[in-house]
Amino acid sequence: MSTRFFAQYGSQIATLSLEHLWLTGAAMLFATIIAVPAGIWLTRAPGWAKPVIGAANVLQTIPSLAMFGFLLPLPWLGERAARIAIVALTAYALLPILRNTYAGIRGIDPAIVEVARALGLTGMQRLFKVELPLAASFILAGLRTATVTCVGIATIAAAVGAGGLGELIFRGVASVDNRLVLAGALPAALLALVADAGLGLLERWFKVSA
Amino acid sequence: MAAAIEFRSVSFTTRQGRPLLDHFSLVLDEGSVTAIIGRSGSGKTTLLRTVNRMVEPTDGQVLINGRDAQQADLIALRRGIGYVIQETGLFPHFSVERNVALVLEAEGRPRAERLERSRDLLTTVGLEPATFATRHPHQLSGGQRQRVGLARALAADPPILLMDEPFGALDPLTRAEMQDMLRDLLGRLKKTVLLVTHDLDEALYLGDRIVLLSEGRLVASMTPEEFMQSKQPEIVGYIGAFHRGERSAEGRQRAARNGRA
Repeated sequence: MSTRFFAQYGSQIATLSLEHLWLTGAAMLFATIIAVPAGIWLTRAPGWAKPVIGAANVLQTIPSLAMFGFLLPLPWLGERAARIAIVALTAYALLPILRNTYAGIRGIDPAIVEVARALGLTGMQRLFKVELPLAASFILAGLRTATVTCVGIATIAAAVGAGGLGELIFRGVASVDNRLVLAGALPAALLALVADAGLGLLERWFKVSA
Repeated sequence: MAAAIEFRSVSFTTRQGRPLLDHFSLVLDEGSVTAIIGRSGSGKTTLLRTVNRMVEPTDGQVLINGRDAQQADLIALRRGIGYVIQETGLFPHFSVERNVALVLEAEGRPRAERLERSRDLLTTVGLEPATFATRHPHQLSGGQRQRVGLARALAADPPILLMDEPFGALDPLTRAEMQDMLRDLLGRLKKTVLLVTHDLDEALYLGDRIVLLSEGRLVASMTPEEFMQSKQPEIVGYIGAFHRGERSAEGRQRAARNGRA
């Protein structure tokens, strides 16, 4: 790619990258706020685990283009494309976070949970002092999977006009300009890699040696 | 002597209908060490766990200092009872000193007090605080972990101590060391102790009273001397079976040694 290309598209790439980051970041925030407490609740009511995780699984199987399409005619959501994108991305991010929160807490050595109860820790103390710290690396792994998935799916959000790096890709495809496709795809891939590496580092930091 | 713990016709039946405790009654004096023995599945652990309500009896009552445990505040009850288990259940993400003082942390005591208390307790169980306080559980040997588990159980200075096969996972040498340490410690601290063990020698060495359980029923409750001299067929049978088991374990070890040589 020539310097002329960058002179022409450089600032656009930067703006769209930021937009992409904002869409993904907002969706991850909402998904975490929903899925982590939901995952914790499932460990307290394991009878619900199968149907709830199953429902999140079904969300995951909806093709992303169709999901954006479904949300388009909805009242408040349809007014702003970014809203649609964030809701759809949140839906996709739920499953990995939910599943890992549930499995991470359930996977703690039962002897440790038992002792926490027997020592007289309250339910909240057990959760915040014992269960969440011990499941943290697991929960972060779920967050990491969800983030990488969302960075990818967010490129499709441009189809409903939500912006992000997908816009360059769609424009490139329409005008048969591979440089434009790459100008969208490469930064998106880079974002995914950086998020993956960063969260991976965090995950290792929280890993507890047994 | 006052009764610290009283079991009043305590029964526990699993949801599948299997009775694990069958109208068990016994009074434990304050400051006494009671060793509960019996085969696997005889209800030893279940009995122990009714005291801190990790198991709720399906029938009968457990009284602690004359008050029904069922009526007590669950959290306060558990904080007043030390608990040691075989797998130690040390929190792998906490340092040794934080593990030891966790009950105090849960009660919101100041940090300085917690640190001082955990260092004192480490010394009590024979671990040099300067060396061990800041280590994590995975950096300790099995015996050291068990010592930390014991220190943790003592943190809130509970009058009652429950121990569920505390030394079951240790090698014979370390186990003997731990038994000596515990005997010496209990002699000084005057706690009411309920010790579940499948090691008759350990029960005789540490217990003031031996309680034999069979299929959830109380078979015998007597002093170690009475127990060893008893002509009661179930007791004679248990002692015989225990020693046969020990001999065959020795035999297996010898055979293994010979096999290697």
